[in-house]
Amino acid sequence: MRQDELQFNESTTFRQTETQNHAKSAPPKAKQPSKRARSMEKATLWRPEFEHDACGIGLMAHVNGVRSHEIVRDALKILERLAHRGGTGADPDTGDGAGILVQIPDRFLRKKTDYQLPREGQYAVGMFFLPTEQTEREAAEASVEAIVEEEKFSLIGWRSVPTNLHACGAGAWVSAPSVRQMLITWKKTDLPADVRLLVLRKRIEKAMKEQGRKVYIPSLSANTIVYKGMMQAWQVSDFYPDLLDEDFISAIALVHSRYSTNTFPNWDRAQPFRFAAHNGEINTLKGCEHAVLAASSAMDGGRLAKRFADILPILDEDGSDSTKFDNLLEFLVTSGRSLPQALFMMMPGPWSKDLTMDDNQREFYRYAACLTTPWDGPAAMCFTDGRQVGAVLDRNGLRPARWVLTSSDILVLASESGVVDLPPAEVVRRGKLGPNQMLLLDTKDGTLLEDRQIKDQYLNGPWKQWLPQQIVKVEEPPYIRRSKPDSVHPEPTQRLFGWTYEDRMLTVLPIAQTGVDPVGAMGYDAPIAALSEKPQPLFHYFKQLFAQVTNPPIDAVQEECVTGMDVFLGPNGDPTLDKPDNCRKIHLASPILHTASLEKLLSGIPGFGAAELHMVFDPEKGLEAGLDDLFAAAEQALKDGNSILVLTDRLADAEHVPIPSLLATAGVHHHLIRKGLRGLCSIVVDSYEPREVHHVACLIGYGAKAVYLRGVYETVEALADEGYLESVSLDAAMLNVLHGYDHGVLKIMSKMGISCVDGYHSAQIFEALGLSQELVDRFFTGTVTRVGGMSLSDLERETLRRHKDAVEALDGELPSGGRFQYKRDGEEHLYNPQTIHLLQTAVRTGDYELFKEFVRLIEGDKPVTLRNLLGFQHCDPIPIEEVEPVEKLVRRFKTGAMSYGSISQEAHECLALAMNKLGGKSNSGEGGEAVERLFTDRNSAIKQIASGRFGVTGPYLASAKEIQIKMAQGAKPGEGGHLPGRKVYPWIARTRHSTAGVGLISPPPHHDIYSIEDLAQLIYDLKNANPDARINVKLVSEAGVGTIAAGVAKGGADVILISGYDGGSGASPRTSLQHAGLPWELGLAETHQTLVANGLRGRVRVETDGKLMTGRDIAIAALLGAEEFGFATLPLVAMGCVMMRVCNLDTCPVGVATQNPALRCRFAGKPEHVINLMRFLAQNLRENMAELGFRTLDQMVGMAGHLAQVKQSPKTDGMDLSGLIPGDQPLPWRDLKPHKDDHNRLFHDMVRSLVEQGDAVVQRPICNTERAVATRVSAFISREYGSLPDGRVRFRFQGTAGQSFGAFATAGIELTIEGDANDYLGKGLCGARIIVKAPKDAGWSDKDNLLAGNVALFGATGGELYLAGRAGERFCVRNSGAIAVCEGVGDHGCEYMTGGTAVILGSVGRNFASGMSGGIAYVLDDGNFRRMVNKNMVALYELDALDLVLLYRYLTNHVNYTGSKIAAKILEKWPSTHAQFVKVLPHDYKEMLEALDTAEREGFEGEEKLERAFQLKTGIGQ
Amino acid sequence: MGKLTGFMEYDRKTAPEQSCEERIQHWDSFHPAQSEEEIREQAARCMNCGVPFCHAGVVWRGVRSGCSIGNLIPEWNHLVYKGHFEEAYRRLEKTNPLHEFTSRVCPALCEGACTAGLNGDPIAIREIERFLSDLAWEKGWVTPHPPKRRNGKSVAVIGSGPSGLTSAYELNRRGFSVTVFERSEEPGGLLMFGIPNMKLPKEIVRRRIELFRQEGIEFVCGQDVGKDLPVSELDRFDAVLLCGGAGQPRDLSVTGRNLPGVGFAVPFLANATRRVVAGKTDEKPLAGRKVVVIGGGDTGNDCVATSIRMGANAVIQLEIMPPSPKTRASNNPWPRWPFVLKTDYGQQEAIWMYGSDPRTFETTAVSIIGNDTNGVTGIETAKVEWVTTERGRAPRQIESTRKREAATDVLIAMGFIGAETYLPEALGVSPDRNSYATSRPGVFAAGDMRTGQSLVVRASADAKCAVAEVVEYLSE
Repeated sequence: MRQDELQFNESTTFRQTETQNHAKSAPPKAKQPSKRARSMEKATLWRPEFEHDACGIGLMAHVNGVRSHEIVRDALKILERLAHRGGTGADPDTGDGAGILVQIPDRFLRKKTDYQLPREGQYAVGMFFLPTEQTEREAAEASVEAIVEEEKFSLIGWRSVPTNLHACGAGAWVSAPSVRQMLITWKKTDLPADVRLLVLRKRIEKAMKEQGRKVYIPSLSANTIVYKGMMQAWQVSDFYPDLLDEDFISAIALVHSRYSTNTFPNWDRAQPFRFAAHNGEINTLKGCEHAVLAASSAMDGGRLAKRFADILPILDEDGSDSTKFDNLLEFLVTSGRSLPQALFMMMPGPWSKDLTMDDNQREFYRYAACLTTPWDGPAAMCFTDGRQVGAVLDRNGLRPARWVLTSSDILVLASESGVVDLPPAEVVRRGKLGPNQMLLLDTKDGTLLEDRQIKDQYLNGPWKQWLPQQIVKVEEPPYIRRSKPDSVHPEPTQRLFGWTYEDRMLTVLPIAQTGVDPVGAMGYDAPIAALSEKPQPLFHYFKQLFAQVTNPPIDAVQEECVTGMDVFLGPNGDPTLDKPDNCRKIHLASPILHTASLEKLLSGIPGFGAAELHMVFDPEKGLEAGLDDLFAAAEQALKDGNSILVLTDRLADAEHVPIPSLLATAGVHHHLIRKGLRGLCSIVVDSYEPREVHHVACLIGYGAKAVYLRGVYETVEALADEGYLESVSLDAAMLNVLHGYDHGVLKIMSKMGISCVDGYHSAQIFEALGLSQELVDRFFTGTVTRVGGMSLSDLERETLRRHKDAVEALDGELPSGGRFQYKRDGEEHLYNPQTIHLLQTAVRTGDYELFKEFVRLIEGDKPVTLRNLLGFQHCDPIPIEEVEPVEKLVRRFKTGAMSYGSISQEAHECLALAMNKLGGKSNSGEGGEAVERLFTDRNSAIKQIASGRFGVTGPYLASAKEIQIKMAQGAKPGEGGHLPGRKVYPWIARTRHSTAGVGLISPPPHHDIYSIEDLAQLIYDLKNANPDARINVKLVSEAGVGTIAAGVAKGGADVILISGYDGGSGASPRTSLQHAGLPWELGLAETHQTLVANGLRGRVRVETDGKLMTGRDIAIAALLGAEEFGFATLPLVAMGCVMMRVCNLDTCPVGVATQNPALRCRFAGKPEHVINLMRFLAQNLRENMAELGFRTLDQMVGMAGHLAQVKQSPKTDGMDLSGLIPGDQPLPWRDLKPHKDDHNRLFHDMVRSLVEQGDAVVQRPICNTERAVATRVSAFISREYGSLPDGRVRFRFQGTAGQSFGAFATAGIELTIEGDANDYLGKGLCGARIIVKAPKDAGWSDKDNLLAGNVALFGATGGELYLAGRAGERFCVRNSGAIAVCEGVGDHGCEYMTGGTAVILGSVGRNFASGMSGGIAYVLDDGNFRRMVNKNMVALYELDALDLVLLYRYLTNHVNYTGSKIAAKILEKWPSTHAQFVKVLPHDYKEMLEALDTAEREGFEGEEKLERAFQLKTGIGQ
Repeated sequence: MGKLTGFMEYDRKTAPEQSCEERIQHWDSFHPAQSEEEIREQAARCMNCGVPFCHAGVVWRGVRSGCSIGNLIPEWNHLVYKGHFEEAYRRLEKTNPLHEFTSRVCPALCEGACTAGLNGDPIAIREIERFLSDLAWEKGWVTPHPPKRRNGKSVAVIGSGPSGLTSAYELNRRGFSVTVFERSEEPGGLLMFGIPNMKLPKEIVRRRIELFRQEGIEFVCGQDVGKDLPVSELDRFDAVLLCGGAGQPRDLSVTGRNLPGVGFAVPFLANATRRVVAGKTDEKPLAGRKVVVIGGGDTGNDCVATSIRMGANAVIQLEIMPPSPKTRASNNPWPRWPFVLKTDYGQQEAIWMYGSDPRTFETTAVSIIGNDTNGVTGIETAKVEWVTTERGRAPRQIESTRKREAATDVLIAMGFIGAETYLPEALGVSPDRNSYATSRPGVFAAGDMRTGQSLVVRASADAKCAVAEVVEYLSE
């Protein structure tokens, strides 16, 4: 004991000394981050809530609960092995956070303290982060102790936890807390200990907050304890020597390593939390918070009932998304729900549309939907309560989780396979978690349950009986016309609500005809709503946010099975108490209400009172009074017992002015939250105003459960009467409308990665642009608004003006609108007849004076963009001769990413020639590049990698000076694309490595980037694929993009591009063109500020683009932090584009954006035009630099102090751009990585000798930390040799390969793994052969033979994979040429495949072949297969003779390479077994194959055959 | 948007006009409307440009390109293609109250700026407009829309040409009581008495005037304000809008100018129209005569055609400018108004009649020969060359090229130098190119009177802008 005490004292002293030392000697610099972080919050655009994190997670446990130190030790090893998934800030030793959760180490505590500890389980340990300053700490402890006393606990004592500050970096050091453990025990009361402990912690937390003390409690429990902090994964045990003690034992250990997007010191956000560790991101956070807040006022509390008030609020307001998830999980479990139930309640499966789900699950999820909002987003959760331990994935399964069980009863689960070295013979079971799957170990019972068993056991309950009795389904006929034909004259009402001709004819009509939100082309160049002189719908002041990098958007079309648009109306259920009333709800299949449903709601469904509240105001009394009346009416309606509030503006007329429906909806929503009444009702909106999908999304996002599109319906009826629907009947049109808006909203949700509308409801996934903070705080609480703008009285004025215009209208015709088409009486446009003609004339004649005239027009009096409100200040003019020359400046210029395919070969090459001549850079866009162009003067210096990976091969990457990863595109962030088959001309197909005439789908997410650590992995892969190229990550401006940029910088990017929302596009939904994303000014300023504050600005270059049109635009971009600049539309116009906006239609009349040979020959652009343009821009920039007084651009970057706001909007004086321009933040010292890889000559020599030796085999062990193996070798080979004969260089590995094994590997390489592989096996494979087989001595059975992680062969263009085992999710995604054999796959197999062959000899998961447009899959049908196929684009066939020959060959190869028993067995009985195979063939591909046959019969050969077949299939050129 | 690929599939086609042989026999319109089918195919060619230059009406170095009144051309083209004629008409009427005039006499600035014209032939926009306009009248879609209520304020509009009519219409529909003063015996200004009947049949003008009367606009004719009627008569109006046109013709200062038989084009054309209106279409007052038209513009062309119909034995036309190139010059790119050689209807007829183009380019009149009794007997002309002087480019006679030709009538169609001054002087104001308001509060000016000689469509566009100012003035 004495010895112990001595140690204890020593370590305490040590700790204090360190602290003191540090206080004296630490350089003041190291302290800066925290100060900066605090000050930034006020002055700049950064906000703490923007922070994101992602991570590696793992757990280790003994099946029978046998405790050992090994479990702790090995769990910490998992952390080290996952270190590459964590992030590192500017200071390499400062991690983003890591930690471990274990059972209370009773033996250790008894050893380390001399306290008389009660029996295990009879005392609790609180882990405390306390202030380091002694008196503060003591005061905090005293007040903690007081609460302990009050809660009838008795304090046993405190223990200082020894910590070793040397173990963590300086950044963590300065903010390190004093770590202390509080040991307490209790006398029995009528409440269980865990309830009392939760109450105690909550009370302490509240008290500390009130007292302003910086105290954080990682854990306070009788079962578990958390050691964590702001450190790197490998630093945890160094920092906490406790963890190294042999007596520190546990049967359960949960570990977490965090990768945060910035490095502001934050010890609290490290994980694990009390119950869970989270890898991923919660996208629906705001909505979930609102739901919890609304529901908690009416909860019983279950086991917590007696102390319910004390644990409110349930969620820690300052916490991260993961914290809040943990808070609710802890709450639900403590209130009495089982861990699996609570988790599945929060992370429900896709019950709505997944047909493969069993009823037991479906009914539970349906019940859960009545109680809680899904916490949606990519998530892998490891969880434990100290007895049960497990892990679960979200419904999309976007995070990996692999597990093994050993013969010595140890369970290991982690983000990757191979994180603990285990002899294969000792592994008895292994597996992975699929979407919405759980693994659960009960250490007391010694049972390990897999997903199905867990769900059968835990999700059973009485709700099955309740649901059919309680839920009222409103299933009215979709449409019955109430108005008489030809009686509808909507124009006067349309005018009251500000409708335009454009709204009617270009938005509503196409949706009614086709059911699809219409597509447009080219970016938005009209003023943002706050600057437009026209009255704007309030919706237009809101910009959609979207997922990029830290979480993925999802594909609502191809992965529709995981989505859900079901809506439940009625008061909130109580998740703490199961009762029939909980599911007393009205069920709607969609948030888009139709007439009969609204009527039914209003007519009063028993038990659901519906009250109509009128969204109109008296112009005499004003808008504010109108809102007050509305709120009062809402409260009264609830007092009267109503549970459905129908907000309606049907009374609007000449005397009654409609309140903007969004203002009314959000206003009522937040008003009721404030009054604690929100849980009592659902809000339904009946309005004439919403007409775009975006409008509906706004209403749902701000609180409406369902929307009745009064104006749209009336308009469609009138359109029908007037014959505009053409061949579409009115009934069909109304179905189209319901589907169009429903699906449109789903698409907007999916951009944020949200799968069900319940999660989107009130999630407020918008940023306000041009609304005052005061207005937002009052009506849109919690929404980000950063440049101020309209106040309530401004809005009132605008609303009244619209009303007056409508009432005084001279004719019955709607105004044109002119948002997407220049109209004389419409919106201003930057590209208008004058500017286009001036620019073209200037660049064709080389007349700089004309260009200046163009500049004067662009910079006219009327502000269009935020930068138009800015002017220069503190100018110190210098002679222009002193400014760096045009030749130097143009090297910073780039042309935008426009694919060959979106623009013609002539235009694409013209840009490349021009930029190469200037020394700037052109960008290939997504779509490959003809091999003949690579390494010539027509080569695009920037090669883009987008989600479709079209044409991304080794040589493509090797020819780049810069490789750009497109995370998002300004015109349609968060969306994918679809190139229909008729546009895949043979020459386009060739560069894209796809099949002519076969459509190509670009998925919304990169399927190898679901999270920031994945991006870091791709960057790593690309650096291997081309060590000389800069890696550029393209992001789109939105609130928080700076924080994401910081994460990207930490991920190793060299250049970060911040695109404005107004960037161009060949095809994008119109609603996205205008409403998604934000101006670059905001994103760029935020990025520069955040990077500077994090000390990361010196590591990266920052680029911007989005309607940069003049030297002044460039100068402002530079002052805000950009050093490189992109232009896309401008050079197109220089080459002849006249802004037809028909790029999507292949009818460009000037040959720019078309593949039609008849139009391409009209192309009249010349490289000189682009060169003139770039030189003019540079010259114009020089003039601005001279005016400001900067000699070089580098001096100018970030000098935002030279900007001042000099203008106001024409309709509000509330615009405030000060956040953009906090002052000068010059470029810091640059730490840019060298871009010439000169140090690898020896490596190259070795590869060369290997290649030249022939038949060489390299053999060695491998582990999961070795990533992108063979990529570098391949890059060298493809550059040096082009390709090699088959099997020239062979590598054999034993063990578990890290991620991206064999990425972009080229022909001539053969890679064999004896063991298994992690995610992204064979990514971008372009010719190599990969063989994976289990070790000979493997201890597991064939059924557990999972040998590869998720997303194998993503974007492969050639090569072979033989995998003698199962693969995870998304096998062969977007494969376009590789041949792959494996023995079973997870969900979404062969998704988006466009070519190549997949042979699958085992079971497949859901949604197989979704979006598959080309290639063939041969699948051995296990009897279940047909259910798993998504047949939207494919059909199943029997194999024909040719198929059998091919299949036989593949199977023989498979046996030869891997020794596969399964394949051998099939071949043994070949003639009888092949009947079990099914051929999956896409419709598109089949048609093309048939056309090729026909062409061949007609006598065509080679290229001509292809062109003829294309002609036959598409009818183009016939 | 018309048909997506319409511009590639169909060729531009305009209505086949009556042959010269046929049409010079009468004074009626010779340009028929196209059939519905043809028109829809023409409308299908419209590309519905993201930036419709046709509708923009912007000024390039002083020359306007695209429609001055901002006709919503892509909108109605699309509707016509789709067969929604009434709605198409409503979209036309929304910007253009005088469509039956512009669709006949406008040179179609829109077509010069049409994007289809960048790489091919522009859309036949004027033909489509004509079709819509005719159809609307035929179907009874053109109905009077008197204002719902009168606002109690009155405006006097002086002049009933395109700008006067447009002003009256725009003011009237906003509830003002409008009185239009016209010095001729019937309203319409140049529409009535300037443009020959075969280009713009007069019943069409009368029909429009009648409609405006039905909407409540009052027309006072035969009253020349400032001459017949004292300007004090205008005091009872809350505002006065001067739309008197640019009636002062550019004169020729050569010997013989005052001989009988020498006159200005407009009175000549007006009298011709009066004959037509009076039904005296069979008379051939110029039989046996030889007419020289000085000036190669539209008015000159009208004089040629009118002279032919009046029976002239020969007509020649002197044009001082060199002929325009056949296709756009490199310094005259799309979308600017194309300055290309155009052979108009009168010239076509002359070619048919006399076997050669009546025009001689780069030619000026040196003197007119004749005496007071016999009137004109001949004209002496000379070629000019264009030289650059310090005041810009100017013509210089080439003495050696002087020659004489026989002539009996000389019509001066050399354009207009501005408004007649008696009315502004009487009001004590002078119209200003830079502003609609004049120096006297409540007195405004619009159209050619303010801007100088122009087109129907420009005068109409100008009137709309002027009305906006009048309305603002009166609502203060």
